[in-house]
Amino acid sequence: MKSLQELAAIRERMKNKVALREANGDIRIVVGMATCGIAAGARPVLNALVEAVSKENLENVTVTQTGCIGMCRLEPIVEVFIPDQERVTYVKMTPDKVPEIIEQHIKGGKPVAKYTIGAVEA
Amino acid sequence: MKELSLNILDVAKNSVKAEATLIGIELIETETTLLLRIRDNGYGMEPDFLTRVLDPFSTTRTTRKVGLGLPLLKLAAEQTGGTLSIASVPKSASPDACGTTVEAFFHTDHMDFTPIGDIVSTVVLLIQGNPDIDFRFVHTMPDKEVELDTRDLRAVLGDEVPLNDFAVLNWITESLREQYGS
Repeated sequence: MKSLQELAAIRERMKNKVALREANGDIRIVVGMATCGIAAGARPVLNALVEAVSKENLENVTVTQTGCIGMCRLEPIVEVFIPDQERVTYVKMTPDKVPEIIEQHIKGGKPVAKYTIGAVEA
Repeated sequence: MKELSLNILDVAKNSVKAEATLIGIELIETETTLLLRIRDNGYGMEPDFLTRVLDPFSTTRTTRKVGLGLPLLKLAAEQTGGTLSIASVPKSASPDACGTTVEAFFHTDHMDFTPIGDIVSTVVLLIQGNPDIDFRFVHTMPDKEVELDTRDLRAVLGDEVPLNDFAVLNWITESLREQYGS
C-alpha cells in the first residue's frame, strides 16, 4: 500500500510552490460532466485533460467540472477561458483531440478551429 | 451508460449539489451480487420530492426539465433483476442528521449486468472536481478490499495542499490501482 509518507513529502514540496501559483494569470478549462456529458464520454476526456495539464506542468491552468452546458447532443463539451480572450467551446470531444488543444490553444494561444462548435455545427 | 462507474460518477454529483461535506461510496461484492451504496450528509429531500425523484421528468437542473441520473441507475439495477432504493432525511426535519442514501442491488451473474468499469477514474475525478468535500470509498470483494478516505489524506496534507493538486491525484490513482492489483 502506498504510504502516507509520500503525501507528507508532497506537502513539503508544495510549500515553496504555492506563492508562485497564485501569481499566475489563470486559464480555465471547463468540462461538462452532467448525465448527458458522462454518457457521451466526458470522463475519459476530463481524465486526458487533467493528465495532460499535469504532465506538461501547466501551473497556470485549472481544469474544472460543470453541469449541463445545455447542448446535450454535442457533448462531450469542453470550454476554454483565457483571460482577455473570447470563450472557446469545443464539442464532441474525445481524448484524441486533447493533445492538439493543449499544444495549440492552451500553450500556443491559438484555438483549434476544426473542433470548435462553429466548425462542427456549420 | 456503458459502465456502472459512470452511473456512480453521475449520481454522486447529486450529493455534491445537496451540499454534502462527506460522501460515502461503498461497493460490496459477493460472487454473484453487488450492493452499491452512495451515502451523503447533504440537505436531503422533502418527502414529496423523494416520491418523484425516480421520475425522469423531475430534476434539479435548470437547463431542461429532465433528469436521468437516478432513473438510469435504477434501470441498470433492475435489468439484472435487482432493485434501487432511496432513503432521505431532509434538513428541515433534522438539521444535524440530514442526508440521503441510495442503494442499488445487482445480480452480477445476469447477462444484462453493466460492468463496473473504471471505478478508479470515477473516484479520482470526483475528488478532482470537489476538493473541499470528503469522500470515503470502500470496495469489498470476495478476496480483497480497496479503501480510500480523503480525511486521512487531508490530515497529512494540511491546509496548504488541496486534494486536487496533481501530485495528490496521482498518489490517489496509484494507491487505488495498487490496491486493486492492476
